[in-house]
Order: sequence, then structure tokens, then C-alpha cells
Amino acid sequence: MSDSTVNTNGDYVNFYQYKGKHSGILGWLLSVDHKRIGLLYLGSMVLFFLVGMTLGFFMRLEMWNPGQDVMGPQTYNALFTLHGIIMIFLVIIPGIPAGFGNFFLPIQIGAEDVSFPRLNLLSWYLYTIGGLLAVASLFLSGGPIDTGWTFYAPYSLRTGTEVIMPLMAAFILGFSSILTGVNFVTTVHRLRAPGMTFFKMPLFIWALYSTAWIQIIGTPIIGITILLVIVERLFGVGLFDPAMGGDPILFQHLFWIYSHPAVYIMILPAMGVVSEIIPTFSRKTIFGYGAIAVSSIAIAFVGTLVWGHHMFTSGMSDESRWVYSFLTFIVALPSGVKIFNWVATMYKGSIKAETPFLYVMAFIFLFSIGGLTGLVLGSLATDVHLHDTYFVVAHFHYVMFGGTIFIFFAALHYWFPKMFGKMYNTKIANIALAIMVVGFNMLYFTFFILGYLGMPRRYYDYLPEFQGMHQFATVGSWVLIAGILLMFTNLFLGLKNGKKAGNNPWGGMTLEWTVPSPPPLLNFKKIPTVKYGPYEYEHYDEVTKNVN
Amino acid sequence: MSYTDTNEGKIAHAHDPRYGINVMIWITLLSLTVITIAVAGLDLGNYTLLVAMFIAAIKSGFVINYFMHIRFEDLLFKLFIAGVIMVLLVVFVLTALDVFLR
Ligand code: HEM
Ligand SMILES: [Cu+2]
Repeated sequence: MSDSTVNTNGDYVNFYQYKGKHSGILGWLLSVDHKRIGLLYLGSMVLFFLVGMTLGFFMRLEMWNPGQDVMGPQTYNALFTLHGIIMIFLVIIPGIPAGFGNFFLPIQIGAEDVSFPRLNLLSWYLYTIGGLLAVASLFLSGGPIDTGWTFYAPYSLRTGTEVIMPLMAAFILGFSSILTGVNFVTTVHRLRAPGMTFFKMPLFIWALYSTAWIQIIGTPIIGITILLVIVERLFGVGLFDPAMGGDPILFQHLFWIYSHPAVYIMILPAMGVVSEIIPTFSRKTIFGYGAIAVSSIAIAFVGTLVWGHHMFTSGMSDESRWVYSFLTFIVALPSGVKIFNWVATMYKGSIKAETPFLYVMAFIFLFSIGGLTGLVLGSLATDVHLHDTYFVVAHFHYVMFGGTIFIFFAALHYWFPKMFGKMYNTKIANIALAIMVVGFNMLYFTFFILGYLGMPRRYYDYLPEFQGMHQFATVGSWVLIAGILLMFTNLFLGLKNGKKAGNNPWGGMTLEWTVPSPPPLLNFKKIPTVKYGPYEYEHYDEVTKNVN
Repeated sequence: MSYTDTNEGKIAHAHDPRYGINVMIWITLLSLTVITIAVAGLDLGNYTLLVAMFIAAIKSGFVINYFMHIRFEDLLFKLFIAGVIMVLLVVFVLTALDVFLR
């Protein structure tokens, strides 16, 4: 290996400074360096997140008074559909794996890059093309899609709005996701540093590995389903439309066979990040390493069998209803294993309550509420009452936003110094977190109550007795958004004028903390040989002795 | 498996061109397709689906083993494929639980 970590003067060169074939913007768009691709993903996702957030802001504005405020029903339908599509397909499904996974998976296993760097770049291009198609579909003659992000048949077959183009977008995004999955599975099997056995891998890697399998196995199913809808719309083939002898419930099966496992694509990587941050800030070996690693696989497996819990009220057979309800409860077991192990890790640790750790605490609080209300929805009897109400909207925002997105934020704060070599203002980051948590609960906890009282989801209008709570929730959305903007501004300022961060500001033990910040092009001067597990703090001095 | 132990050597000679056998399989696949279409014309009642799936399974077997080269690969790959097929089976059974009992 020619040494790309130093220049001719012998000074250390990081991957930003490294001069490849191309420079400037092309140096990014044509780079096959996993770190640059990870950052491309992160940038695009933050952008789409802000767009999705703005759509949410306008929806809440519309709910200030009953009746029409700032938009009519058709616009509201388009807004929640787009908000859902953007947040799901463009933000949290690629989310942590494509962004942080790309950047840190090779470094954490002691590799120079992923197995297929070009495929990696291709998957970012597919992602971008999918995103652009989704946006372009808004301007076609039919008008923006209004089916909800779930594209349920037969409505998606009959609506006059533009359906085919956003479906194509989702199809292409699926391919991007599959390619990332294939890349990660191969990389984990083939490129681990000498000495790094499977059970010495950081738990983030275990989580990415399980996720990659779901991406590979599940995503083709949504791809085929999407194609079937397109075929039916174009040629009237009668697959899902009951008027033509089709079966609309079959669409729901096919859709959720992918989309339920997709929620594990969203949450498993987040759980992996949590399993990194907690030991680092407790300065203690993680409690139950093997149990956490295996529970990721168990969640991935059992999680592929529970999709029917989205269909309790759809008219499927009674046998299916109790079977799916039962299977759903089983997923709670491996999830509980994780929560208890994290708490046990903190027990008697020497905890440093720094910014990333605080974000994780917010996650545990919000995600527990989301997860436990999931059990309420997973039980047959209560779901019949709560299905398609704001209770569901509250539940999935608690798990997806309070869960995955809060950990996305935590990961940003944890790895920021490593990715950029600079530090943000931690005090402001903590204040932003406090504001977000307050706004979040004002907005979404109110949704639980509204839903319990019978407020249906996906309506631009409501009965007058709900007004007080709707207004309270809308104010909450302003608080939440203020917190988010403060957080991003603070990170942006850190990026521009932050103090130089050391190579290991938090005292981490995984391999990324043993290389300089920002890392050099091929990550390591010399591929390391791994002797200890990732969180064995009794060997901290030995593992980090060469870090300055 | 370590960093240096890439499988390159093995993969290289697993790629012997076997045109003969590939063409044979291609013809088999085509004939199976013809059979599928022919069978669709018969009235087999409840067995229609089973027969169609059975033929499809044979075809996939050929494609996976020869065109996708799995026959000549490591045990690891075979285990992966077996695992995925198991998941697929369970998914079929769970869906059938609704479709046939509704
Ligand atoms: C940033 C602030 C956010 C606000 C103010 C917000 C607000 C809303 C509102 C008002 C709805 C529609 C409720 C209805 O009428 O049924 C909604 C739906 C939804 N939200 Fe959010 N949300 C936010 C963030 C997120 C995030 C981060 C995610 C996922 C990661 C997300 C995923 C969804 C999904 C999937 C839907 C359902 C769309 C549909 O019904 O098809 N939201 N959100
Ligand atoms: Cu589900």
C-alpha cells in the first residue's frame, strides 16, 4: 500500500485534503471513498428532513381551526403523503446505515473501504435520482399523489393524481437500499481486520449487519408490489381492484411484508448507535454483549413475520388476526433484552453525561413510550378502537422520530468531531435537545389523547371539541421545530468555526477513535490487529496508546 | 476469515465456462415455461396453484444452482440461500393462512 496518509513533506493528510483524480465538486460526485459517500448521504438526508419538517409544519398550521385555514382537503392529502414518503423513503430508511454506516463501518472493522466502492457510489446516485423523481412528480399534470405513503389499493389504482412517477421513485430508492445491504454484508464477511472475529465486532456493526439482511430479503418484495400496481394502473390487469376480481387485502399483505421489516431497517441501526454511545460514556464494558448482538438478529428474524398487525381491521381471517397479534408480542422480548442490557451497562458505570449521552437518554425515554404503545396497538381488541386514529400517528412518531431520528441526532453529535475534526458548542447542543424534547411531547403526546378520544388520522378538518388540544399540539410543533433549527445551526457553526477536536474526545475504544480526526484516505496507516473486544475498558490504555 | 483471506483464488477457477450445460439448462427452462402455459389451460381446480408453484420451484433451482453459480460456491453461500428460502416459505404460509381461511 502506498502511504496516502502523509504528503511529500511527511505531514499527515486527511481525506478532505487528499488530492485524487478530481477536485472541487467532482471530487465529491465521483469519489468512491466510503467517507465522502457517507457524507453525501448525510447532507442529502438532512436536506430532505428539513423539507419533510416544513410539510409537517404546514399540516399543523392547517389544524389550528376546524374547517379550512391555509389549505383545502386535497392539498392536505398531498402534504401528508409527501411528508410520509420523504420521511420514510428518503430519510430514515437510508438514514443511519447509508450515512453513518458508510462512514464508520469500514473504520470500525479495520478496513480501508467497503467491498464494492463503485457500487456504493451507484447506490447514492440511485438515491438521488429517486429523490428527484419524487420531487418532479409534484409538477406533473395530474397533481401531487394523495394516497398516503402506503399507496393502498384500490384507491392508488383509481385516483386521478400522479401515482406512477412517485412509485417509480420508491422502486429506484429500493434498489439503492438493496445495493447498500449487499455491500455491507459482503464487507462484514470479507474485510474484517485480523483478530476481529464476529464476536469482537462493535455492536453498531452487528446492527448494520442484521439490517443489511433485511434490506436484501425484504426490499425486492416492495419493488415487485410497486411494479404490480403500475401494471394494474396502466393495463387494468385486475390484481388488487375488487371490481376486476382482484384482492385489495393482498396488496396490504405484500406492502407490509416489506414495510414492517422496514421499521427494523429504521430502528436496528439506531439501537446499534446506542450500544456504542452508552459504554463510551459509562466507561464500562457493555453488559450482555452477546445477548445484544444476537437480539439484533432475532429482531430481524421475528420481525419479518409480524406484518399482519397492520391489517387487524382490514377484514383478513380471524386465524391470521390472533396469530399475528401473538407473533407481535414476541418481538417485544429481544427489544426488552436490549433496553435492560443498556440500563445494566450504566449501573455503577462512571457516567459522563455529555451531549451524545443526553441524546441517548432522550431516546430511551421517547422510544419506551413508542414501544409500549406499540403493544397497545398490537393487541387485537384495543387496536380495533385505535386503528387509523391520531393514537397511531403518535405511536409511530414516538418510535421513528423519538427513536431513530433522535439517535440520528445523537450520532451526529457523537461522531461529529471524528468526521470533521472540529467540535460544536456542547452547551447549545444540550439546550436544543431540551427544547426539542419539550416540543416533541407537547405535539405528539397530545396526539395520543386525541386519538384515544377518536380523532381520525389523515383529515384536514375536525370536530370543534378537539380544538384546544389541536392548538396545543400546533404550538408544540413550533417549539420542536425551533429546537431542531437551533441544533442544526449550532452544528453548522461548529463546522465553520468550531475548535479543533482531538482524535478521541469522548474516550471511545472502537477503532474509529484510534485514527486521526478526520481520518486519512484509507483510514489506517497500517491495518490494525485486534486483540480485545470493543468495550473492554480494562485494556483502554493499551488500545488507545498511539492516539494523540 | 481475515483481511488477507479474500476468496479470489477459488472464485477464479469456479468460473470455468460451461457453455454446454448452460445451454441445456436454458432449453430446459424454456420447456418448463411451455409446460407452465400448457398446464394453465387445463382445469386442475385447487391444484392449479400447487402445480404452477412446483414448476416455478424447479426452474428457480436451475437458475440458482447454475446461472447464479451457487452449486460451485462455498457452504456459506448455500446456507445464506437456504435461510432466505426458509423465510420465503414462512411468508407464503402466513399469507395463505389469511387467503384460504378468510
Ligand atoms: C419534524 C416535525 C414533524 C411534524 C410537525 C410532523 C407532523 C405530522 C403530521 C401533522 C402528520 C399527519 C397526521 C394526519 O393528519 O394523519 C404526520 C404524518 C406522518 N409523519 Fe410526521 N411529523 C414530523 C416528523 C416526522 C418524522 C421525523 C417522521 C419519520 C421519520 C415522520 C413520519 C410520518 C409519517 C410516516 C406520517 C404518515 C403519513 C401518511 O399518513 O401517509 N414525521 N406527521
Ligand atoms: Cu408493523
